[in-house]
Amino acid sequence: MSTADMSSAELATYNFAYLDEQTKRMIRRAILKAIAIPGYQVPFASREMPMPYGWGTGGVQVTAAILGPQDVLKVIDQGADDTTNAVSIRAFFQKVANVAVTTKTREATIIQTRHRIPEEKLTEGQTLVYQVPIPEPLRFLEPRETETRKMHALEEYGLMHVKLYEDIARNGHIATTYAYPVKVEGRYVMDPSPTPKFDNPKMHMSEALQLFGAGREKRIYAVPPYTEVVSLDFEDHPFEIQSFDKPCALCGAENVYLDEVVLDDKGGRMFVCSDTDHCEDRCAHGHRGHLAYNKEAAE
Amino acid sequence: MTLDTLAFSGGFQEPVFQAQAVFRTLMDCMARPGTIGAIAATVTPPKPLTPAAGAIALTLCDHDTTVWLTPALAASALPGWLAFNAGAVLADERQNARFAFIEKGAMLPNFCLFAQGTQEYPDLSTTLVVEIEAFEGGRPLVLKGPGIRTQEEIAPVGLPDMFPQFWAENRQKFPRGVDLILVAGDKIICLPRTTVISVKEA
Repeated sequence: MSTADMSSAELATYNFAYLDEQTKRMIRRAILKAIAIPGYQVPFASREMPMPYGWGTGGVQVTAAILGPQDVLKVIDQGADDTTNAVSIRAFFQKVANVAVTTKTREATIIQTRHRIPEEKLTEGQTLVYQVPIPEPLRFLEPRETETRKMHALEEYGLMHVKLYEDIARNGHIATTYAYPVKVEGRYVMDPSPTPKFDNPKMHMSEALQLFGAGREKRIYAVPPYTEVVSLDFEDHPFEIQSFDKPCALCGAENVYLDEVVLDDKGGRMFVCSDTDHCEDRCAHGHRGHLAYNKEAAE
Repeated sequence: MTLDTLAFSGGFQEPVFQAQAVFRTLMDCMARPGTIGAIAATVTPPKPLTPAAGAIALTLCDHDTTVWLTPALAASALPGWLAFNAGAVLADERQNARFAFIEKGAMLPNFCLFAQGTQEYPDLSTTLVVEIEAFEGGRPLVLKGPGIRTQEEIAPVGLPDMFPQFWAENRQKFPRGVDLILVAGDKIICLPRTTVISVKEA
């Protein structure tokens, strides 16, 4: 059904992309201000969505507000295109916006993500929409919103450094592995959403626009393309990303983020790419890991 | 046509899709300052406001936003057009405006006269939509900042000589400050408050 068919359809349907136009305008205004103040959390009037809070209502609202009939949408959940959250959100937008969908990173114009950045480098013209549970990086250090607002206003981020220091004092290294705080353009400390810190360097000077939506907490924030995103650290304890001993068991990829998969109850396990599209793409191009299915051997 | 009937015509023909297209152009341009975007939507606001600025108004303004208009725009049929097509109300003071529209040739007030937002809520600032003559042939300005890989160059015609100084003062207050949408014909350039503008040395 084309867009023209949709608008003239006889049966009553949802408005394009589910949200009403006034809601879209409100979210769009918030997005423009968020882009103008990188890393700053813009309050917005988050709506009830046909899914519970915590299932990506913030990301869904941002996607719905920017989505057009020409877009190609990709949705990932922990890097995978085929897990529950990704499948249901993709189906939601197919139903309410009749939009083209893909699992291929490079074909997508909008990528909605839960807690991963694709391994493939994003390019200009792509928009990455993050689902964010707790947008305030200082929330577990200071529960009062009035206080965290003031701390951002005064650029008072000492508490965050104390937290990272206490990590070192207790564990000998910075033990924060996900939702690792970053400073955007030398001003706002921002929660990159619970992505593994492995993905933090990808945010720095990214060619793609990055939008963050937190539905329950009613906040939208953004990182424009070519913007400095620096992970907080200390001179003697510089920021480091996770490294893995072995390559992906299926495609043999190195320098990618791996998931642990338990194989049996005798301690057997394998490590595979968390980015399923990246893994499948490599397999299709003949890359093989040590546990890859070998068709010739099977025959 | 009388002033009254002007107010009731000339909105989006397809509000959902045209507003989305205009917004995406605005979003892309705001994320990449200096990039020239095209507004294809055909709306016809009362003169002297141009169609592109009118399309931006209908995309972003509604009953939640107060709009400030220059004396010439306020005297035209535009307030009625905005009220009918967007439900937007006029701001009594520049400092209370979420959006401000300035037609081609009108005096550009100093940015500090508009809402700056607060240190806690810098998003509560005015977005100015300023119509100018053209984006080429004027004094070359060099843009740097977020959204720009190395640097961008624009040469707008129709901005006051004081513009770089106004903008530097606006930039100084970060994170407070106004954001700018320049309109020339059906083309736009967005300048968020983060952009650093310098006059290109000859």
